[in-house]
Amino acid sequence: MPVVSREVSTMADTSKSRVEMPVQDAEVRLSNFEEVALGYSEQMAKEEAARCLNCKTRPCVSGCPVNVQIPEFIAAINDGEYEQAYQLIVQTNALPAICGRVCPQENQCEKHCIRGRKGEPVAIGRLERFVADWHLENIGIQAREFVSNGHKVAVIGAGPAGLSCAGDLAQRGYDVTVFEAFHTPGGVLVYGIPEFRLPKRIVGAEIEALQKGGVTIRTNCVIGRTVSIDELIDQGYEAIFIGTGAGLPTFLGIEGESLLGVYSANEFLTRMNLMHAYDSAYDTPMMKHSKVAVIGGGNVAMDAARCALRMGADEVSIVYRRSMLELPARAEEVHHAQEEGIDFKLLVNPVQIIGDEQNRVRGLKCLRMELCEPDESGRCRPAAIEGSDFEIEVDSVIMAIGTSPNPLIQRTTEGLEFNRRGCIIVDEETMATTSPGIYAGGDTVTGAATVILAMGAGKTAAKSIDDYIQGKVQGS
Amino acid sequence: MFKILRKKTLNNDVTLMDIEAMDVARKALPGQFIIFRIDEQGERIPLTIADTDAQTGAVTIIFQQVGSSTKMLAAMSEGDYILDFVGPLGSPSHLEGIERACIIGGGVGCAIAYPQAKYLHEKGAVVDVIVGFRNKDLVILEEELRAASDNLYITTDDGSYGEKGFVTDRLKALLDDGVVYDEVIAIGPVPMMKFVSKLTREYGVKTTVSLNPIMIDGTGMCGGCRVKVGGEMKFACVDGPEFDGHQVDFDELMTRNAFYQEQERGHACRLTGGVNNG
Ligand SMILES: Cc1cc2nc3c(=O)[nH]c(=O)nc-3n(C[C@H](O)[C@H](O)[C@H](O)COP(=O)(O)OP(=O)(O)OC[C@H]3O[C@@H](n4cnc5c(N)ncnc54)[C@H](O)[C@@H]3O)c2cc1C
Ligand SMILES: Cc1cc2nc3c(=O)[nH]c(=O)nc-3n(C[C@H](O)[C@H](O)[C@H](O)COP(=O)(O)OP(=O)(O)OC[C@H]3O[C@@H](n4cnc5c(N)ncnc54)[C@H](O)[C@@H]3O)c2cc1C
Ligand code: SF4
Ligand code: SF4
Ligand code: FES
Repeated sequence: MPVVSREVSTMADTSKSRVEMPVQDAEVRLSNFEEVALGYSEQMAKEEAARCLNCKTRPCVSGCPVNVQIPEFIAAINDGEYEQAYQLIVQTNALPAICGRVCPQENQCEKHCIRGRKGEPVAIGRLERFVADWHLENIGIQAREFVSNGHKVAVIGAGPAGLSCAGDLAQRGYDVTVFEAFHTPGGVLVYGIPEFRLPKRIVGAEIEALQKGGVTIRTNCVIGRTVSIDELIDQGYEAIFIGTGAGLPTFLGIEGESLLGVYSANEFLTRMNLMHAYDSAYDTPMMKHSKVAVIGGGNVAMDAARCALRMGADEVSIVYRRSMLELPARAEEVHHAQEEGIDFKLLVNPVQIIGDEQNRVRGLKCLRMELCEPDESGRCRPAAIEGSDFEIEVDSVIMAIGTSPNPLIQRTTEGLEFNRRGCIIVDEETMATTSPGIYAGGDTVTGAATVILAMGAGKTAAKSIDDYIQGKVQGS
Repeated sequence: MFKILRKKTLNNDVTLMDIEAMDVARKALPGQFIIFRIDEQGERIPLTIADTDAQTGAVTIIFQQVGSSTKMLAAMSEGDYILDFVGPLGSPSHLEGIERACIIGGGVGCAIAYPQAKYLHEKGAVVDVIVGFRNKDLVILEEELRAASDNLYITTDDGSYGEKGFVTDRLKALLDDGVVYDEVIAIGPVPMMKFVSKLTREYGVKTTVSLNPIMIDGTGMCGGCRVKVGGEMKFACVDGPEFDGHQVDFDELMTRNAFYQEQERGHACRLTGGVNNG
């Protein structure tokens, strides 16, 4: 793979602000599920790429969990060598069209960008997306020749962790089978993140590329039920990667959570995204609600709120117990949610869901909160203001307050160790679990985190699995 | 894709099918279920595994046609394929140590109760089976249940077959006669399970019921199937579907199951093309 080593030929563009991302108009997009951010044109990409200073110290690269060769790929865009830019990115990131869209760039690569010190950082994510989309459109999915090395590896879960592990292993010649519980591979990318933020055709294309590269995907297979991990080992899989995510929803434990109109964000988003409930051609039903409160402040909450709006709700609010500063969601999602008219009820904590005679949600009782001194983690612990309770009129409440790993693997597998939150314990260097030959990574190890961290873990595990199997081969 | 190996109409509303799914057939235990999806537009629908054949990979399902998905499935033929079929899901029944059981099935619930009767009967337990139907035309699985039990009692609401009355009448008579059961297993419409549980509580007999809340994934990730048992929230697809009948909040289950009723009724059935008011 040729690595671009060139100095910036043209003087870097000195503009303080980045090239704006064209978006679907807020009014229009409320009545469709199509992608909101439309992507840079070639010209916009070049203009933005010109803002990069091609820093020798590459601070941006250290902010990226998979060390995408950022200055190099941006330089290739500058040269109009888009395919080369793509090849540079995929050396370390197998899913650039996805990461370019959903990475919390402001906390990762872009946070460290020199240009961010005076003005806005280079729009690395947007450029990454541009390159990946350009590749898909102009070059398309290419079959990589797969030469089997005769070793079988099983990957459990077809989310970003499992898929990236499988892709890397196949590239090294392993016969990889991915076992997925759902009928569609993709994990949160298909059941959680909505179409308007990450079109399913993009996810589908990335998965097709993996399949063409030798990865086998078996859907409808729940490990722990359909087949157990021990049985996989008996079937001749020499190593196993567990990437089952953190899909178990949390409820607040307040009164009224069984009322009609209360959903976990997982249920709401699965109905919408995986089962296409918003499209009348599909059979899965979704209730229409007019006033929706979404509890939580992360990406999941933003996605649920924006889906609810698109389902035709008149008023949607985000109910979050801290302030705007602490909102964990990606900045872009918060911005889009505000543009779309979502009401942010901040420093508000729900204490009870109120029902009518037919057990339907009628209101949400809340308390106002105030932030006290930051705790050790640097976050401000909110405390309730006494006597501040008030009611919001709503007919639906969506709980987006976090998830934890599904206990199924824990209940059905011996020899693995788990922490108190139900996460699999691994050696962070290698992703090896306490059971020889079994590796794990992604949300099932870290708890709910990010796509890119899950992918990074999958890659690390692929390398360890390779070392492990080759070590066995040489030892025998 | 999963092949329909066999189809048998049990009555106007109830169909039996064998689906080829070796992985499920090999692993299934009494009390477990599958989720199917007919095609790309289909919903995910849970059905109990009524029987399996680990040799041929056949998994038997018996289902009542209540809405669009079950009607569409019933309209398919032997040799056709459905898109998705996943299982076995749920926790298997705890049947160890039972020496005498009364298994109660209501309507299509008989199909769900059948594997438990069969299992216990084969293990040498004394098995009484009480099954209830609205009328004679709806009676299903009579032969199978007779073969899997020591005593089979059939009740119909209108007396057109077997004894006139409800399953609870027969159960009460047996309990009053002094029959002692290690466990009563009741499966059927929610009101039936509720009344059986109410009765057995008075007699202090351990009772297990199989709950059928609305499900989506069936693996514990949506929480749509949450039920209240002993005041605690449980996910029926992983913690159940079987629970202690004396602990279940049946009224809550009934309201939650009725939630989509209106919408499902208005759903344009893809089979007839028209609006399905069934
Ligand atoms: C609504 C939502 C929005 C998000 N937005 C962002 C964002 O904008 N940016 C970002 O970086 N991150 C975001 N995240 C977080 C990110 O999606 C996750 O951190 C990431 O998907 C974790 O990847 P994973 O592979 O570990 O698990 P998952 O993506 O959860 O995939 C796990 C897969 O394993 C399967 N599985 C589970 N158990 C079994 C079993 N027993 N047998 C077989 N298969 C099994 C599941 O069905 C699933 O397909 C979001 C998450 C959600 C829910
Ligand atoms: C674990 C489990 C095992 C089951 N086993 C069997 C079985 O062996 N045989 C069988 O006939 N049925 C069984 N059921 C019920 C079956 O899943 C429903 O009848 C089916 O989902 C209806 O789908 P539909 O599209 O045909 O009807 P829909 O059009 O979806 O619904 C028709 C009506 O049924 C209601 N409904 C939807 N889902 C359910 C549900 N899960 N329970 C009760 N009412 C519901 C709707 O609100 C609506 O009023 C089981 C359910 C569960 C959860
Ligand atoms: S993968 Fe994510 S963090 Fe890394 S460069 Fe791309 S957008 Fe930035
Ligand atoms: S830190 Fe910013 S300006 Fe410097 S190379 Fe990275 S993207 Fe370019
Ligand atoms: S069906 Fe989703 S958690 Fe049980």
